[in-house]
Amino acid sequence: MGELIRLESIVKSYDGNIVLDGINLSVSENEFVTLLGPSGCGKTTTLRLIGGFEKPDEGRIFFDGKEINNVPANQRPVNTVFQNYALFPHMNVGENIAFGLRIKNKTDQYIKDKIEYVLKLVNLKGFETRSIHQLSGGQQQRIAMARAIVNEPRVLLLDEPLGALDLKLRQEMEYELVRLKKELGITFIYVTHDQEEALTMSDKVVVMNEGRIQQEGTPEQIYNEPENAFVADFIGDSNILPGKMIRDYLVMINGIEFPCIDGSEQGFKPRQKVDVVIRPEDIEIKPYGKGLFNGTIISKLFIGMHYEMLVESEDGKIEWLLQNYDQHEVGEKIGMYVKPENIQIMHKPRSEDEEALELDI
Amino acid sequence: MKKTFGNIYILIIMLFLYLPIMALIVLSFNEAKSMAVFTGFSLKWYDELFNSDLMISAMFNTFTIAIVSALIATVVGTMAVIGMNAMKKKSQNALMGFNNIPLLNADIVTGISLMLFMLILQIPRGYGTILFSHTTFCIPYVILSVKPRVNKRTESLYEAALDLGATGRYAFRKIVFPELWPGIFSGFLLSFTMSVDDFIITYFTRGAGINTISTLIYSQVKVGIRPSLFALSTIIFVAALVVLVIINIRQSKTDKRNKMVFNL
Repeated sequence: MGELIRLESIVKSYDGNIVLDGINLSVSENEFVTLLGPSGCGKTTTLRLIGGFEKPDEGRIFFDGKEINNVPANQRPVNTVFQNYALFPHMNVGENIAFGLRIKNKTDQYIKDKIEYVLKLVNLKGFETRSIHQLSGGQQQRIAMARAIVNEPRVLLLDEPLGALDLKLRQEMEYELVRLKKELGITFIYVTHDQEEALTMSDKVVVMNEGRIQQEGTPEQIYNEPENAFVADFIGDSNILPGKMIRDYLVMINGIEFPCIDGSEQGFKPRQKVDVVIRPEDIEIKPYGKGLFNGTIISKLFIGMHYEMLVESEDGKIEWLLQNYDQHEVGEKIGMYVKPENIQIMHKPRSEDEEALELDI
Repeated sequence: MKKTFGNIYILIIMLFLYLPIMALIVLSFNEAKSMAVFTGFSLKWYDELFNSDLMISAMFNTFTIAIVSALIATVVGTMAVIGMNAMKKKSQNALMGFNNIPLLNADIVTGISLMLFMLILQIPRGYGTILFSHTTFCIPYVILSVKPRVNKRTESLYEAALDLGATGRYAFRKIVFPELWPGIFSGFLLSFTMSVDDFIITYFTRGAGINTISTLIYSQVKVGIRPSLFALSTIIFVAALVVLVIINIRQSKTDKRNKMVFNL
């Protein structure tokens, strides 16, 4: 997989507010990359820079090895699926899809065949003459997709395309998107604030906050080995706790020693202060006194697949978030155990910015 | 009981609104010149209307000025809205403030200031100055009716068109313009009616010897209104009524179509 798009130290600000602060990003051919972050993190701006709707203040954008900073949007080999779909309301479905092809002076027969082909691809066969107002949200979403991919772009940019759909439809569309991506064999750059969407569909997830990339990696890496507290907190539920390295492969949290798999090889020196992430589903419940540490269940919530519990440590200083398939009662005293490989050690944030950021969490 | 009162109330309102117009229409067909007695049906006032050069030229002036000034105002106003869209929000708000002042300003002030302006610049007053004045006061109405159509949605439609490879001009023509069209059209209609209706500004900016319908009526009031003016008013009223009915029929047709579509 060769590199297709590269962003080099991109800086962008609006009216003195820095939106992107030194973004470096590489997207390979045929990759499904998701830009993930809270609103205002700069993910949409990054997408608009690639689409050609914004120009960076500093830095360079490369496409296929050529700089495209000054190539206008209508000459870039990318197409966008907009957040609000931006379907042309005075045209019917067929005319919407044909718009890009007409500009390229394709023959009527070619256009007709292409429309039929993409409508089949998005499971809306026979919708050519429908008016846009007749379509449901999910159907509009598919038409927006069809209108973009009919132009055979090298890269498809998707700006929170599922944001306006209800949960069930969204999950359906996630499968659809992955299938489409496979059938088309093109690069997808996907923007969302929904971590589930990001983890389900992507080859690579890029977590952004406050105009900076916090971490990039496979969904598994992002989930299992978050590099800082922001990522750990943003991706899934987690227990983020202050800790201290005792020696290699041993970390102390709230006065209790936990065996772990990180040490000086990973850059953690003895007596160094660290942040520790433990996923709620990784905490195993044992009989009282039989685990590494003990606590009392103070609340319980059934959330579909499993129970979510809050457990107060014996000294009352820490509340642990647990997820478990077994039912335990509030007030029950339990023991808890965490496997060494499920303890993720992170460096404390260094700069003041990052510390301020941590306070926000 | 409640219903009867309601109906009576509506009847009274309707009478107040339409009885005077009915009287006008009836009198326009009156044989005598009297405004009190109906002596017999006749079309002689219509005949007089269409044989009076004064009336014909007033009608001609009124409608050509209305159409031309509405057209110019529509073009200028629409371009202004598009230009404003590229500005910062703050300057846009300031400009909209300026735009609204002439709307609230009393016609008499506008009329006198325009007259003064023409006197100072020694511009001979006549058809051209009326046209100029009407265009000026119509532009804010066009801006007011087109501006709301230019919003985030239109912007993203424009971007979508660019994204699909359209040039800026093509995107504007094919996508943005059809979006603005309802606003542009209603801006034109509004301007047209404002211009036809106007008396005060026209009165101050016209030269001697040129009349629109409203200034003609005003000058005739002094010597006594002739029933041919009733005939003229009747024609204008009927014309407006016909246009309104056509618009309503078309509206209900598209509504029905939309409803059918949604029931599918």
